[in-house]
Amino acid sequence: MTLLYFAWLRQKIGKSMEEITPPPGIATVKDLIAHLQTLSPAHAEAFADHSRIRAAVNQHHAGLDAKIAAGDEIAFFPPVTGG
Amino acid sequence: MKTRIRIQPEEFDMNAEIAALTESGDAGAVASFTGHVRKEGDLSTLTLEHYPHMTEAEIERLVRQAGSRWPLTGVTVIHRIGSLPPGARIVLVAVASEHRQAAFQACEFLMDFLKTHAPFWKEEDRGGKKHWVEHHAGDDDAARRWKK
Repeated sequence: MTLLYFAWLRQKIGKSMEEITPPPGIATVKDLIAHLQTLSPAHAEAFADHSRIRAAVNQHHAGLDAKIAAGDEIAFFPPVTGG
Repeated sequence: MKTRIRIQPEEFDMNAEIAALTESGDAGAVASFTGHVRKEGDLSTLTLEHYPHMTEAEIERLVRQAGSRWPLTGVTVIHRIGSLPPGARIVLVAVASEHRQAAFQACEFLMDFLKTHAPFWKEEDRGGKKHWVEHHAGDDDAARRWKK
């Protein structure tokens, strides 16, 4: 599974991308966030407030309950501010 | 519908973009919007980051939605990335149609959804102090009013 981070999430975590193999039982974006929070203090801080985080699964906006699978590209970022 | 989507650091040429939308002669109207870096206080630069590939895919999805709602002949969306000074153009949305109502409405629709859906993030630099721009809740309301 490929994870991508943007804006302040990228800065807090200290990388823009990482490959992980989540443990069994990680079925949704929300499950994945809970798992990522255990990876390092930087991850824990970056993901502390769910309300400030948005996600995309395979380049489509996705809610916290969206299903995820091995091989997916999952991105985490703050609410967008383009235009 | 001729669709052109570009994400680039470079400046763009408005006249050339409008000309490209009208050269075939099928459009009677072009409505366009440009967004610029607003000089607020001591803002020195605005830096734009995006999610390569998803940005283009998401804007394409929005353009397809606009094309299914209004009879459009062409749409051009250009969004700049990188560091931009106050006054610089950030974004162009230009929409061509046979008649003006469709062009005006689709242009506004696309801007409203670009603001809430296209994966871009702005970081402000104020005298060397950087901070990420917060999402504006009013943008969600603007996009929501198109859902009926």
